[in-house]
Amino acid sequence: MSDFFTLALLTAVLRMATPLLFASLGGLTSERSGVMNIGLEGMMLTGAFFAVAGTWWTSSAWLGLLVGVLASAVAALIHAIWSITFRGDQIVVGTAINLIAAGLSAFLVQTIWGKAGASDRVETLPNIASGVNILVPIAFVLVPVVHFFLFRTKQGLHIQAAGENPQAAESVGIDVTRYRYVAVIASGIFAGLGGAFLSIGDLSYFTLDMTAGRGFIALAAVIFGGWSPLGALGATLLFGAAQAVQIQAQATPGFPISSDLLVALPYIVTLIAITGLVRARTGPAGLGTHATTS
Amino acid sequence: MRTRFQLTTSSLFGAFGSVAAVIVALLLGAVVISVAGSDPVEAYRALWDGAFVGRRSIGDTLIYTAPLILGGLAFAVAARAGMFNIGIEGQLVVGGFAAALVGAWDFGLPKVIYLPLALVVAAVAGGIWGFIPGFLRAKTGAHEVITTIMLNYLAFRLITYLVLKQDKYLPVSPNNLGTDKVVDAARLPRILDGTRLHAGILIALAAAVLLWFVLYHTTFGYNVRAVGLSRGASAYGGINWGTTIMIAMTLAGAFAGLAGAGESLGLHGRHYTTPPGYGFTSIAVGLVGRNNPLAIILSGLLFGALSAGAPSMQSADVSKEIVLVIQGLIILAVAALEVVRRLPTIRARMAKRTAARGAARSGA
Repeated sequence: MSDFFTLALLTAVLRMATPLLFASLGGLTSERSGVMNIGLEGMMLTGAFFAVAGTWWTSSAWLGLLVGVLASAVAALIHAIWSITFRGDQIVVGTAINLIAAGLSAFLVQTIWGKAGASDRVETLPNIASGVNILVPIAFVLVPVVHFFLFRTKQGLHIQAAGENPQAAESVGIDVTRYRYVAVIASGIFAGLGGAFLSIGDLSYFTLDMTAGRGFIALAAVIFGGWSPLGALGATLLFGAAQAVQIQAQATPGFPISSDLLVALPYIVTLIAITGLVRARTGPAGLGTHATTS
Repeated sequence: MRTRFQLTTSSLFGAFGSVAAVIVALLLGAVVISVAGSDPVEAYRALWDGAFVGRRSIGDTLIYTAPLILGGLAFAVAARAGMFNIGIEGQLVVGGFAAALVGAWDFGLPKVIYLPLALVVAAVAGGIWGFIPGFLRAKTGAHEVITTIMLNYLAFRLITYLVLKQDKYLPVSPNNLGTDKVVDAARLPRILDGTRLHAGILIALAAAVLLWFVLYHTTFGYNVRAVGLSRGASAYGGINWGTTIMIAMTLAGAFAGLAGAGESLGLHGRHYTTPPGYGFTSIAVGLVGRNNPLAIILSGLLFGALSAGAPSMQSADVSKEIVLVIQGLIILAVAALEVVRRLPTIRARMAKRTAARGAARSGA
C-alpha cells in the first residue's frame, strides 16, 4: 500500500478531473442562467472530435483546439436557439444535441479517415510536466476566473438573476434572453475545452464516444458542488480521484475495495446530495423556465 | 362538442407535424450524406431495402421495433404525468438483467409458468428502478432528470460488478460479459421462420393498447393526464400528485423492464453488460408519437426501420451512424415545428417585449 499513493496517482487524479472540471464549469454557468444543459456530453464530444479534425487539417494542435472549441460553441448556439428563442423543452433539445454529436462524429470519422472506430493520430498540445498537459492548469485557473465573473461582476450577477427569477429580471430591464445566450455559449466553449483535452491533450486521436458519459458526471459535479465553481472543483477532484484510484486498484492485486463499485461513487454521492440527505444548497429557482409566461 | 373538435385539430396538427419533422430530418440527412461525397438516393434506397425488403429485413425491423415501442411508452406515460424519463436505458437493463438471472437459474419450471415469471420479474425490477426517481421527486423534490441519469449509470456499474465479481453466487459468466444462457423454458419463442424475430413485438403491441386504455379510459389515466397538464389544478380537484407520479414512473420502468426482457429472453438468450442504447432513441419515439400510445406503435416502427436498415447503408459507402444524426434532427424538427404552431403567441410576446423595452428606455 505504501507505494500506492504516488506522484503518478496524483497526476492521474488531475488528468481525470480536468475534463470534468471544464465541463462542470460550463454546466454551472448555463444552469446559473436558468438553462439546464443535458447536451454537455454532446458538446464535449463535438469539441473532442473537431479538435482532432482541426489539428489534422491545420497540422497545429493550437488551431485544432480553436476549431474544436468553435464547433462546440456552435452546438451550444443550436441549443440556445432551440431552448431560448424557440422555447423548446431544454431536456429535449439537449438529448437531440447528444444524439447528433454521437452520430455526426462517428459518421465523420468514417468519412475522413475511412475507418470505423478511431481517427488517425495527430499532434497534441504540449505538456508542462510529465503526464500533465497544458490544459490541466488552464482548467484550474478558470475556477477563480468563473467565480469572480459570476459573483463579482455586473454581467455575472445578471446571469444569476436570469436564472433565479427571469420575470423579475426582465421587469428591471435585464435582457434575460441575451444573458442566457451568453451563458449557454460559454458552457459550450468550456465543454469543448474538456473534450479537446481528452482527444488532443490526454490522447492524440479521437475514438467513438470517447467522452463516455463525462458530460453527465460533470452535471453531477455541478449539483454535488452546489452550483459554485469552488464546489465544482471539489466535486470533480473527488470524482477524478475515484476514477484514478479505480484504475490503479485494477492493477493492484488484493486491493480492498471493488474497483467496479468505486467508479459508481459519483452517481451515489450525487443521488444523496440532490435528495437533500446532506443539506446542499439548491439550484437556481428559475431553472428550466422561460422568461415570460405567455 | 367544441373541445372535442379542438382536440381533433390539435392531434391532426400533431400527426402532420411528426410526418413533416421526419421528412425535414431525412432531407437534412441527405444534405450531410452528399456533403460527405456519397449519393443520398442510393443510401436511402439501401436503408429502405435493409429495413423492409425480404423476410429477414422485416424480421430485423420488428426486432428493433419491440424495445423501441416499449421504450417510447416508458417515456410517454412519464411525460403524460409531467415527468421527463431519461432513465429508460437503466430501467431496461435492470429488467433485462433480472429476467436473465431468473431464466438462467434453471428452476426446472414448465414454460407456461417460467416465461411469465421471468417477464413479471423484469417488469417488477424495471418498475423499482422507475419508482425510485418518482419517489425521490414526490418526497424530496429531487429533479427526475438528474436522478434518472445517475440511476442509469448506477445500473450499468452495478450489473457489471455483479457479472464480473459475483459469479460464485449468481448465474453469470464473466468470460461472456453477461449472464449465463437462459434455459429454453424461459425463452420468448420465435414467431417468424427464418428470422430471429421473437414474441417481444407482441408484448410491445399489447402494452401499447393497454397503456392507451389506461390513459384514456380509466380514472388513473385521467389523473395522470391531469397532473401532467397542471399540478395545481389537479390538486384542487383532489388528485394526489405524489402518488400519481410515483405510479406513472413505476409503470414507465415496468415497460422499459419488459423491453429489456425482450432482449435477454428473446433476442440474445442472455443479458450482456453493454447497454443496448435504446434509451435516447426511445425519447425520440415518444416525442414523434406525441406521447400517444397508439401513435407510438407507428413511430416505434419508423425508428425500428431506421435502426435495422442503417447497416445496409454501408453498401452505399455511408456510415450507419448517420441514423443517429437523423434521429437527433427529427427531435429538433419536432421542437421547431411546435414553434410554428405557437407563432401567433410568440409574435404577440415579442411585440410586448419590444414595447416594454421601449417604455423602460424612455422612462430611464
